[in-house]
Amino acid sequence: MKIGFKLLVNDRGKFAALLVGITFAAFLMVMMTSMFAGILIRSSATILNVGAPVWVLDPAVNTPVSSIPMPDYVLDAVRSLPGVQYAVPLYSGGAQVKLRNGTYQAVSVIGLDDTSLYGRPELVSGKIDDIFAENAFIVVDDAEFVKLGNPTIGTRFELNDHLGVVTGIARVSTAGLFGVPTLYTTYTRAITYIPSTRFTISYILVQPKNSGAIARIKQQVASLGYQALTENEFIDKVSTFYKYQTGMGINVLLMTVISFIVGLSISGQTFYTFILENLEKFGALKAIGAKGHELVLMILFQATLTAMTGFGLGVGLAALIITLARLRLPDYAAMITYTNIGLAFVMVVLIAAISSYIGVRKVIRIEPFDIFRS
Amino acid sequence: MGRLAVRATALVKWFGAGDARTYAVRDASFDAFFGEILYIVGPSGSGKTTLLSMISGILRPDGGTVDVDGKNIWSLSADDIASFRLNTIGFVFQDYHLFPRLTTAENVAIPLILKKMEWSQALAVATRYLEIVGLKERAQLPPVKLSGGEQQRVAIARAIASEPDILVLDEPTASLDGETGRRIVEFIRHNILNDHRCIIIVTHDNRIFEYADRIMNMEDGRIIGINREDPHEN
Repeated sequence: MKIGFKLLVNDRGKFAALLVGITFAAFLMVMMTSMFAGILIRSSATILNVGAPVWVLDPAVNTPVSSIPMPDYVLDAVRSLPGVQYAVPLYSGGAQVKLRNGTYQAVSVIGLDDTSLYGRPELVSGKIDDIFAENAFIVVDDAEFVKLGNPTIGTRFELNDHLGVVTGIARVSTAGLFGVPTLYTTYTRAITYIPSTRFTISYILVQPKNSGAIARIKQQVASLGYQALTENEFIDKVSTFYKYQTGMGINVLLMTVISFIVGLSISGQTFYTFILENLEKFGALKAIGAKGHELVLMILFQATLTAMTGFGLGVGLAALIITLARLRLPDYAAMITYTNIGLAFVMVVLIAAISSYIGVRKVIRIEPFDIFRS
Repeated sequence: MGRLAVRATALVKWFGAGDARTYAVRDASFDAFFGEILYIVGPSGSGKTTLLSMISGILRPDGGTVDVDGKNIWSLSADDIASFRLNTIGFVFQDYHLFPRLTTAENVAIPLILKKMEWSQALAVATRYLEIVGLKERAQLPPVKLSGGEQQRVAIARAIASEPDILVLDEPTASLDGETGRRIVEFIRHNILNDHRCIIIVTHDNRIFEYADRIMNMEDGRIIGINREDPHEN
């Protein structure tokens, strides 16, 4: 191992080229998948922030922001289902607010059930009861907050010719995908202030009596022509939509594959050259008495060392870039997840495996006699 | 001179098949003894290196046997032959085959590392052998910083570091000028050879013939004669 380590590390040019190849590949793969993960997480921001265990929705809904309103009787029907502890309506829609300076700003409006305020955000300023005050809205202090002119409690704006007053500042765990500020208000005020269709319930949030009741609820909701999904199932549905029906998933997949190919090309070629240049030396080692499996282990060790170092550098670099980007761009949607790291790790291992396979084949085939004959 | 070190019996090696079959070595039999330097000489293509490879466990013969310490080495498994080479044979290659990315001491330590010796201990032993070949002060230099003669001595130090019974050298003076070549072989004669070691040298450099105990001539794959008497019969 130590001989292998010295042979590799002391050949600084090749080692650097190998590291650059794998680091670059790992960096690109982590960056691409992290950006996509960030987009996917943000696409489910409403689901995550509201946090209901079961959501009832129209089966055609693909993303939380493109809800298809449901008639009131569905709410009544869901409330009457056995296994449902309670069910409340949720409004989710978009609107334009007119700021004090006269400019318009698109916003996302969440209307919470008037009686329970189920799914309310955590307030950092103001009192939740004030949401029942006249024209009251809660503003989420996220990356988009500044677009409303950094409002404070008491700040006024217009929404569809209605007066709106900020009565609370809230924070949520996940910012939205589309770069617009989020306002919370009551369900009634939301459907009153915002021009809406005949049906107004975007989603029905269900609290089941126990987890065992969920399957039955889903079955009964399906018989009504609607869909009941757990929080994770809804998030998966949104993710699936973005992955497979928007082209984003394919693009990210292509970029990831390209990163893999780039990494494989650089690393594979460099490693192959490294093996070729040292082939006679490996033959000499064989002649001296190194066993075939010892040389294979040495090559695998070299490949693994390079791969893991490059992988660490790549992930570290990606983390650094994302952190720096977030400092400058608060709404930068990239998130390194264990899945991303796992995927990049598998790809890097694959690069190392393919690269070393070529080397191993060469080294296994070299005959010590060739060294004498040369 | 002493007891039998290597007995080659009716060794045959060919390359190619059918009409393209070419015999590199035919019916080669000889003995080599501890305490002697045996030269294998002959023109290019006479089968010297092939014969050396077969008796040192590198090239499997197509016929015949090679007995070392009374054991036919070609009856061993591949791993056992590798162990045999590591423990019994010291190699000095024509082009030295030193690792340019390792220091001189690390190069010498390679057989010891392969024998599972601790790295630091192997380096200490390697430095001792570098001292024997007069290169202790060069221990931390890479081989590329050394002259041809010095590299040859490093290769010798590497070959003897694992205390092999049999030392084989392939054209040890081919890359050296006449004077350096003579000094190297003289060094081997006086410092490396002992009663427990057999040294077999393949060469066609007649300037160093004076250092041989016996010289075995080859031509067209056959041993055509061994000059000087068989030391075993003395």
